[in-house]
Amino acid sequence: MAEYSALSLLKNALSGNKDWKPAWRKPEPKPSYDVIIVGGGGHGLATAYYLAKEHGITNVAVLEKGWLGSGNIGRNTTIVRSNYLLPESIRFYDFSVRLWENLSHELNYNVMFSQRGILNLAHSPAQADEYIRRGNAMCHGGGDGVWLTPEEIARKVPGVDLSASARFPVVGGLLQPRAGTARHDAVAWGYARAADRLGVDIIENCEVTGFLREGDTIIGVTSMRGEIRARKVAIAVAGSTSRVLRLAGIERFPIESHVLQAFVSESIKPYLDCVVTFGGGHLYMSQSDKGGLVFGGDLDGYNSYAQRGNLPLVEEVMGEMVAMFPAVARLRLLRSWGGVMDMSMDGSPIITKGPLPGMYLNCGWCYGGFKATPASGFSFAWTIAKDEPHAINAPFTLSRFERGAVIDEKGVGPTPKLH
Amino acid sequence: MLIPCPHCGPRDLAEFSYQGDATRVRPDPASTDMKAWYDYVYNRPNPSGPHREYWQHSGGCRAHLVVVRDTLSHEIISVAFAHAGLNTAEGRQ
Repeated sequence: MAEYSALSLLKNALSGNKDWKPAWRKPEPKPSYDVIIVGGGGHGLATAYYLAKEHGITNVAVLEKGWLGSGNIGRNTTIVRSNYLLPESIRFYDFSVRLWENLSHELNYNVMFSQRGILNLAHSPAQADEYIRRGNAMCHGGGDGVWLTPEEIARKVPGVDLSASARFPVVGGLLQPRAGTARHDAVAWGYARAADRLGVDIIENCEVTGFLREGDTIIGVTSMRGEIRARKVAIAVAGSTSRVLRLAGIERFPIESHVLQAFVSESIKPYLDCVVTFGGGHLYMSQSDKGGLVFGGDLDGYNSYAQRGNLPLVEEVMGEMVAMFPAVARLRLLRSWGGVMDMSMDGSPIITKGPLPGMYLNCGWCYGGFKATPASGFSFAWTIAKDEPHAINAPFTLSRFERGAVIDEKGVGPTPKLH
Repeated sequence: MLIPCPHCGPRDLAEFSYQGDATRVRPDPASTDMKAWYDYVYNRPNPSGPHREYWQHSGGCRAHLVVVRDTLSHEIISVAFAHAGLNTAEGRQ
């Protein structure tokens, strides 16, 4: 019987909810494992789960420096989508959406994946052409892209300012119906519980402080809880990749860390039943199940590890939001926060074996890591288990920069703040 | 975040444009050393702590500046003109 079901809810309700097992154990670290995963965020936990489930590798430790869900898995705006242009990205992110579609069932944990669609508003004929091209690329790659006229947008999202006098009049929009949102904490907890039940040790408050080496080869880590050895050490610490690699003696890497802010408003009645993005600037917004509008915009635009941003960007985001949805102008802001983004040099991630022997690396998620969580974990686990990439992550190498084979969706080159 | 511009004094972040890591050294344009070009174009030290970086006071005097700023706290440690010839003061503390 599934651990969580209508029957188990009823049974535990009758016994006063005293018999639930904790969702994951708090084990002491063993002296050695087959695989250590550094980073207990969504990607690290998903990797541990797929290592155990798909490859039977259960002697695994996930080392997390804080508590589960304290990093970017709990700081994102929960959007899941695969509306990309380049074939490598479409293949990867569409694979991810397909995993999302079955994730609650697979984990026996409700991740509240809601395929409410994402609508990218276009504000000029040139932008419309670009979006239609992207929609065609998505359809060509097996995904779903639909072009909406302003009349269709008015029916779907009544709040959008579609008047000709808008600061950036809307000429149409690209809709991906299968996109949506998910409950981000539940993704971390669901993967953690599922991995734990398969035998994975999840060790919180255990920061990695260095790497154990034999010659060049990584043979384990030193941590706040002592030395832990492993045949394979996998790193999934997006946001802190440069910091962790520096512990292994890698001083220069094609990543910059930037801060991205996100916001949530006070709760209002149902107002917005899809994700909408503003093409006149950079803004994405959805409404949570609690009723708050969840939104964010651009990076602050300077290197930062601070997990908090500055006010000019707040002002810009609010301005864009009001330009798009004038009715929200008098809403009060409930909370804002920041997360540290692993900005790669082409805007695409790196999921690869290396760069040192015994090491595996998953990083460079820019601000698109949440939607990728299942596919990232799946393909990273494959890479760790088989020592070769899965077809979906094969293009996302570290050597692509040196070979000139970058995957640059926006075509802006090695300027991380622009991706 | 206020950046103390050597010309204009402390000014709001909104007046400045970020131009990235100031420690990169461009190889000789005639160089065909692909490793050196790769390293220059793509690799960054990305430190957590003091970071030497270029900013332009684009909404003010338009001077290009080298700022040392702590990426963990956003504290500005020093500011100087990027053009060495203009760098008469040692920058503002």
